[in-house]
Amino acid sequence: MSVADLSRAGAAVRLRRPNPRFLRSELYLIFGRRRNQVGLAVLAALPVILAVSVRLGDEGGGGDGPNFVGSITENGFFVALAALSLEIALFLPIAVSAISVDTVAGEANIGTLRYLLAVPVARTRLLAVKYTAVAIFAFAATGLVALWGLLVGVAVFGAGPVTLLSGDQISFAEGLLRLAAIWVYLAIGLSALGAIGLFVSTLTEQPIGGGIAVVMLSVASFILDSIPQIEWLHPYLLTHWWLAFGDLLRQPVALDGIRSGLLSAAAYILIFTSAAWARFAGRDVTS
Amino acid sequence: MADELAVASRGLTKRFGRQAAVDGIDLAVPRGAVYGFLGPNGSGKTTTIRMLLGLVRPTAGTHELLGAPMPAGAGQVLPRVGSLVEGPAFHPYLSGAANLARLDAADRTAEPGSARRRIATALDRVGLSAAADKRYRAYSLGMRQRLALAAALLAPRDLLILDEPTNGLDPQGTREVRSLITALAADGATVMLSTHLLSEVEQICGYVGVMHLGRLVAQASLPELRARAEPRVRVETDRPEDAARTLRELGLSDVETARNGATGRLGPLAPEKVVAALVHDGVGVRGFGVVAPDLEEMFVSLTGEGFDVSG
Repeated sequence: MSVADLSRAGAAVRLRRPNPRFLRSELYLIFGRRRNQVGLAVLAALPVILAVSVRLGDEGGGGDGPNFVGSITENGFFVALAALSLEIALFLPIAVSAISVDTVAGEANIGTLRYLLAVPVARTRLLAVKYTAVAIFAFAATGLVALWGLLVGVAVFGAGPVTLLSGDQISFAEGLLRLAAIWVYLAIGLSALGAIGLFVSTLTEQPIGGGIAVVMLSVASFILDSIPQIEWLHPYLLTHWWLAFGDLLRQPVALDGIRSGLLSAAAYILIFTSAAWARFAGRDVTS
Repeated sequence: MADELAVASRGLTKRFGRQAAVDGIDLAVPRGAVYGFLGPNGSGKTTTIRMLLGLVRPTAGTHELLGAPMPAGAGQVLPRVGSLVEGPAFHPYLSGAANLARLDAADRTAEPGSARRRIATALDRVGLSAAADKRYRAYSLGMRQRLALAAALLAPRDLLILDEPTNGLDPQGTREVRSLITALAADGATVMLSTHLLSEVEQICGYVGVMHLGRLVAQASLPELRARAEPRVRVETDRPEDAARTLRELGLSDVETARNGATGRLGPLAPEKVVAALVHDGVGVRGFGVVAPDLEEMFVSLTGEGFDVSG
């Protein structure tokens, strides 16, 4: 059977059942790339540095937001929390910015975007798959810090009942549940940053420049959030709600901040994925 | 638009700002043809190809691929179209095979079970099997070009739109690609081929379209185009001026003299009449010939002599 016979046999092209091949390919691009593996290793290095230095110095310093470093010596559990609260300010946003801006701009930069679209990949589908991969990365990176921090902490300081910010004590097992909730909450917040990154990614063919822009945006958001004179602005800032994850460590859990944080993240995701779509759906691809 | 056309466009136009990169072209590529898409750098070929594939949105005009209107029919028709646009582009840190696997994974019409086999076959067809697992980064330009061709052959195709497929290939590679295209066409696929190499066109194309300054200045089958070109007579003599005078008197146009002879556009005249007239006028004819212009001369006469790119 010749090439043409084969194709004529199926003259009307048949779509196959939805399958995860394209998403898997995206994830392989992200997690298989040396650069990103090094980035994840850097994220994982901080809990180790933290645990070792506290162990050696036996006293904690401060960080922004809830201060967990002081509690580390009592319970390895707090290494995970301290690492998360330190990395959410810069390292995790850098990681998510780099990955999210690389989505479309990275493909445009090396020219593979035109070949993907000619396969064809519908543009909406391309954005959907790309953004799903970004969100998975946000969950993976946050989860890595949380889980690895927990392992390192327990290995160095041991495990035990967890004393909450409100002073109550809960079992280690319940502590793990709280940690999981914090993981999901922060990953959703970072996914919202990823939505901004996706939008920026449709504006440029320079993934590095776009990535820096998104990092600067998140840093600027943290800075604005620390200026009391513009308090009216704070609820609209993406990062304002991130540090509310400490509310999950009270008894009973204070849900107000968490709920607002989730709403804010949802709004950012909706607005910026829509903006990305509006920008990309009709754009001329000349790269 | 006729169903027997693999590529058909009507008034296809793309403006960037005030400049028309492509200006109202009516492409007609017959099914099963090998169509040479010619034109100087910057004449609008690549923009046209990008519009055909739906990468760039036309400012005006419509087009169909394999009878399906674009871009509405893209999902249905593009899986049957293999393309090479403005050179190869792949992920540098993935191997050749992994790059093809990625493109295949993105194709919603591709059968997952046969991916490995189809990738191996495509790599084999372009002679890249030995380098399948090498990173793309380490490929030479010719190997990259081959990989792009392999990507265009990943699935059975009815139409191949190839932008300079032999760019960067060594002579053997050029030959192989030429025979590959011929084989694909023999199998019934339509091939639209943009190229600068006129010898390539003469060898494998049956149809030609010539772009100049965003316009399609000629489009016909190659024999038709040749028939349209008027032959010239060439007289070798030691008295070029006298020969030229005779030619003019006979009514030949565009007469030119050279150091050792004269030429002119023959027109409807029989060549032997010209020789008789020359002899009658006492011009010593040392050589005489009728030359049909070759493709290069036709191309230059359509697109101008200048070396500058079209602006």
